Amino acid sequence: MRHILSILVENEPGVLARVAGLFSGRGYNIETLNVAPTLTEGLSMMTITTVGDEAIIEQIVKQLRKLVTTLKVVDLTDVKSVEREMMLLRVDAEGSKRAEVLRIVDIFRCKVVDVSPDELVLEVTGTQDKLNALVSLLQRYGIKEAARTGAVAMRRGMQE
Amino acid sequence: MELTGAQILLESLRREGVEVVFGFPGGAVIDIYDQLPNYPLRHVLVRHEQGAIHAADGYARATGKVGVCLVTSGPGATNTVTGIATAYMDSVPVVIITGQVPTPLIGNDAFQEVDIVGITRSCTKHNYLVKDVRDLSRVIKEAFYLASTGRPGPVLIDLPKDVQTQLTEYKYPKTIKMRSYNPTYAPNPKQVAKVAAVVRRAKKPIIYAGGGVIASEASADLAWLARSFNMPVTATLMALGCFPAEDPLWLGMLGMHGTYAANMAISNADLILAIGSRFDDRVTGKISEFAKNAKIVHIDIDPTSIQKNVPVDIPVVADCKSFLTALRQTLEPTLEAEPAAGLEAWNSKVAAWKVEKPLSYNQEGTVIKPQFVVETISRLTKGEAIITTEVGQNQMWAAQFYAFNRPRSFISSGGLGTMGFGFPAAIGAQMACPDRLVIDVAGDGSIQMCIQELATAVCYNLPVKIVILNNGYLGMVRQWQELFYKKNYCATCLDVAPDFVKLAEAYGAAGFRVTDPAKVESVLAEAFALPRPVIVDVVVDREENVAPMVPAGKSITEMILV
Ligand SMILES: Cc1ncc(C[n+]2csc(CCOP(=O)(O)OP(=O)(O)O)c2C)c(N)n1
Repeated sequence: MRHILSILVENEPGVLARVAGLFSGRGYNIETLNVAPTLTEGLSMMTITTVGDEAIIEQIVKQLRKLVTTLKVVDLTDVKSVEREMMLLRVDAEGSKRAEVLRIVDIFRCKVVDVSPDELVLEVTGTQDKLNALVSLLQRYGIKEAARTGAVAMRRGMQE
Repeated sequence: MELTGAQILLESLRREGVEVVFGFPGGAVIDIYDQLPNYPLRHVLVRHEQGAIHAADGYARATGKVGVCLVTSGPGATNTVTGIATAYMDSVPVVIITGQVPTPLIGNDAFQEVDIVGITRSCTKHNYLVKDVRDLSRVIKEAFYLASTGRPGPVLIDLPKDVQTQLTEYKYPKTIKMRSYNPTYAPNPKQVAKVAAVVRRAKKPIIYAGGGVIASEASADLAWLARSFNMPVTATLMALGCFPAEDPLWLGMLGMHGTYAANMAISNADLILAIGSRFDDRVTGKISEFAKNAKIVHIDIDPTSIQKNVPVDIPVVADCKSFLTALRQTLEPTLEAEPAAGLEAWNSKVAAWKVEKPLSYNQEGTVIKPQFVVETISRLTKGEAIITTEVGQNQMWAAQFYAFNRPRSFISSGGLGTMGFGFPAAIGAQMACPDRLVIDVAGDGSIQMCIQELATAVCYNLPVKIVILNNGYLGMVRQWQELFYKKNYCATCLDVAPDFVKLAEAYGAAGFRVTDPAKVESVLAEAFALPRPVIVDVVVDREENVAPMVPAGKSITEMILV
């Protein structure tokens, strides 16, 4: 099963390598990984999505907690949470295709962030499913390039 | 006062109470060596950096203090990696200081540069590259704290050459603030109460002790528990000595080369108290067959060890000593009102297993049996020596046939199984315990991996004894080839070996050879009495096997007995 882990770490050199190395060294798989400083100075938040059975995820979480540079690990899969991913897409939009692509942009609430005579660069955020749906829709017009951030996630408010 | 990085390092080591540093110099640590004579630290110059790290490790295992090792950058640093991994697998507190090329050259493939922090990330508890001399004293304080608290382990500090010469105001931190590191020592009281209840109810309990009992100095509390409730005790390789071998409740080691009684008892138990042990595959055998009817209580300071290999009924994250103290406080007051249940049926069953198939060998004829050598060492030293071992059959025979009565007396590479460990570890242990007899039980293969440390032993007058159980083979591998590979003895015969007696003499140590069983005792006694390093080359039965043996992947009740 897919799990989303939110990991609060010290923002120090080598921390990412420690986390990534823990996954590779123990044969676990990272599906997406996202990291940036938090609002608290000296701390970074990582969001990692990974796949595994209960026992594997339990080990991953414990091993992550054991790293000296880790403050907190939360498996967001178990709690109500919001999850978003951002993607940039360079789409072929020559001639007659253009209007159709723009209609899709509307429906998916994408933003056009760059325009040239024969292509558009789109920005879109949403869940992984939404992004995948958009990709499959736009495929027929020709996606020339895609860049995805991987999920970022956070628990919802009002939880006991 | 302003001090250089090198001075800060040495002054901080002094304040940490470090007395001995095992090391080997080089360009990237020359500034530290330049200052070394000004500090009250003994430096032991080894002949290979692997010797330095194993010696620091042996020192730590013999004392419980942090061992310290100092080496240069590049090749010096990489030569320690095997020893770092050895200490990591066995949770031994060591601090490794490596020199590094000057900060402006880092990343440029400079002469003798290696990314040792990157290389050791997965085999240290934590590691540091110090880029600013102002961070140095804090890093050292943290390193010692991390190495010795929680689940102990090796911590590496990589120190660039220019940081060693930079000046800064010296202030050694008194306290540690690490918001992300808070090991749990005290057990959850609810869990302790649960354990107390199952201990009271058990009809067929067994204590399965691990290295954590020794690391946390919990032997006395363990003995109280076992004796108060008549619970038989078995232990991992790492925990030998945590419970006296002369006690009737002692079953011997369990697992692949464990005793019949220990393996049968744990397989038939209704309660397993796993204390500071981690269900290593060498212990459990085939997991699905392991202790099927037992409730398992697992106490470990490291939460990752719990539920990793076997499902656990009562998990307790705690230091073994704190746990056992808490359990005793819960159980002791009730003992008078409600004495422990007699476990006559269980105890007599266990005793029967002990008698039925004890560890045995047959010392007849003119060929020396290796087990006989170990038993003789045990008898001569009354179980009071510090025994280190190499890896292979020698290690298993030492574990099986030496009767350990004290903790920190058996020093062996359990988790990594590092050939070449025993002798330098013996040097470290002898530095730590000058008044004790320290004996490395060795194989003729393993001893050749760090034999150059004979020079170190001679140089520092360390009267370490090496007893080589010389079978002319890489015996343990040969045993597997015999049993599971149709006697295809590929690459395990050590046809060409040095004359170990002459080799000892060449280094300035003493050498003896024994080939006659009748002489074993007298030669060993003579060797042990000599106040200098000695090699005793005992020519033993070439194809003797370690028994019992559980073939890899089999249940631990499926032992090959002879
Ligand atoms: C550094 C290292 N290399 C290889 C091995 C694999 N190995 C395990 S036991 C063994 C044989 C050891 O032979 P020896 O030291 O002669 O001891 P014996 O088994 O004969 O007592 C070998 C090669 C190891 N454990 N460590």
